[in-house]
Amino acid sequence: MLRLTYHGSTNIPVEAECITPDCLSGKSPQEIAQLPVQYGNVSVPLGEFFHVQGDASDGQVLVEGDTSRVKLLGAGMSHGRLMVSGDVGMHVGAEMTGGELIVQGNAGDWVGAEMRGGRIKVHGNAGHLVGAAYRGAHVGMRGGVILIRGKAGNEVGAGMRRGLIAVGAVGDFPGVSMIAGSLLVFGSVGLRPGAGMKRGTLVFAGEPPTLLPTFRLACVYEPLFLTLYLRQLRAWNYPVPERCFTSRWRRYSGDFVALGKGEILTPA
Amino acid sequence: MFAIHEVPIEDTFAEAFPMTACRLLITAATASWAQIAAQQATGYAASVIGCDAEAGIERELHPDETPDGRPGVSVLLFGFSRDALLKAVLNRVGQCVLTCPTTACFNGLPVDKARALRIGGGLRFFGDTFQISKLLEGRRFWRIPTMDGEFICEDYFGTVKGVAGGNFLILGETQQAALTAAESAIQAIGAVPGVIAPFPGGVVRSGSKVGSRYKKLKASTNDAYCPTLRAQVTSALPTGVGAVYEIVLDGLDLASVEQAMRVGIRAACRPGIVRITAGNYGGKLGPFHLQLHQLFRE
Repeated sequence: MLRLTYHGSTNIPVEAECITPDCLSGKSPQEIAQLPVQYGNVSVPLGEFFHVQGDASDGQVLVEGDTSRVKLLGAGMSHGRLMVSGDVGMHVGAEMTGGELIVQGNAGDWVGAEMRGGRIKVHGNAGHLVGAAYRGAHVGMRGGVILIRGKAGNEVGAGMRRGLIAVGAVGDFPGVSMIAGSLLVFGSVGLRPGAGMKRGTLVFAGEPPTLLPTFRLACVYEPLFLTLYLRQLRAWNYPVPERCFTSRWRRYSGDFVALGKGEILTPA
Repeated sequence: MFAIHEVPIEDTFAEAFPMTACRLLITAATASWAQIAAQQATGYAASVIGCDAEAGIERELHPDETPDGRPGVSVLLFGFSRDALLKAVLNRVGQCVLTCPTTACFNGLPVDKARALRIGGGLRFFGDTFQISKLLEGRRFWRIPTMDGEFICEDYFGTVKGVAGGNFLILGETQQAALTAAESAIQAIGAVPGVIAPFPGGVVRSGSKVGSRYKKLKASTNDAYCPTLRAQVTSALPTGVGAVYEIVLDGLDLASVEQAMRVGIRAACRPGIVRITAGNYGGKLGPFHLQLHQLFRE
């Protein structure tokens, strides 16, 4: 396992796109310390911010210290496991295609933005735009799984095309402009969930949010597919309340300002 | 001659063939509805001589064993080719499982997409554009709207090259003795995973030979084993045999068929049984030769 210990104290963001098992495996600690990271508007060696120990030949990388100002950790990774013991900055796991990324603390905005595969676990809270499309892009997350035990901010799953996001609570506009995929929220939900969604599934297992008038109630039923998701979440050790397995669910179709083939499920 | 419980086991072999196989896990709101769907889906599937597939119930599934946590039934289906099996499974799931209240249908074998059957993806069109697909951990599930909610069907079902036509014949003094022995054999075989006995109740009364005196028929009654014809044909029946039942077995692999034959033969060796033998075509047709004595050597 490769151990990277952050010793920086700057408030200027550090962009460490090179911290992925893909990039670090097969390199010596000396080579790794020389990899460039972006510090403000200059490129500096990674060794200026991290102590490097061990190697990543087994595909495992551990990042220690307060990396809340370090951006792009695990961005674009395709395999292996990247573990972050504390907080992490923006864009963690963005555009990743495989492997596993575990954040023990909190994460910034854009967690798993436009990701295509793999799995991200955040044990704390996350910022805005989890799994979302970058500004100017139409399509967000296209595959993979993001599991956030705590809360997340606004526009979670914006433009999402495929994949699964499970989160404790969300801010405004969850699933905005969603094309497909599944977003499960187990706590509170902000304003205008699913605005403009074409297809896809939004499950709000906590207090039912106020829905836009462009969503219509279809029925109250027991969606079997949801059981598959809930069981899988439990298999990943994600906390799922027992009531979710026994509840009946209201199914709303929408958003009828768009295609109208999306669905929102809330407990009946 | 080698004997079990004083019942002689003939030194011969069962001749078996490779067939493409798949496993369906059918679940429902209750064990009873899962059983109904499974029975419907495996109906009219005794032999590929006259059916589109050979099929049977492998075993009941506890809710802990199914993907959706509901009671279920595991079903095995065998076809001559992947294309033939695909057609049969699509029809059977479409007509017998999709139509049955509360059911869902999941794959029960590892999937290699090059060799898999696309079942959910074929049935999804019944949803008339309202179907929804969900991809979870690499498995795609189709949600097809129905009048009682949704029918969930997995997209791809894995296949294996199975072994079909494992068999043994129970030669009894009387019909009752032979039938009781056959029932014991089927009960014992029921505990062997990966195997089905596709005939009614697992037992065949109408063992067949290849060809017929009638040119149109591919198979006809196995006259050498019909007690009523002993005086008219070259009979294979020893003196004192009043009835014969055959157990035919299809399995996901050779080992499971061998194990099923082993436990089945042992259970069939009871009072009133004159001999156990097996059916073959002289070893010219099937690549698998299951020697009866060999089964009990280890």
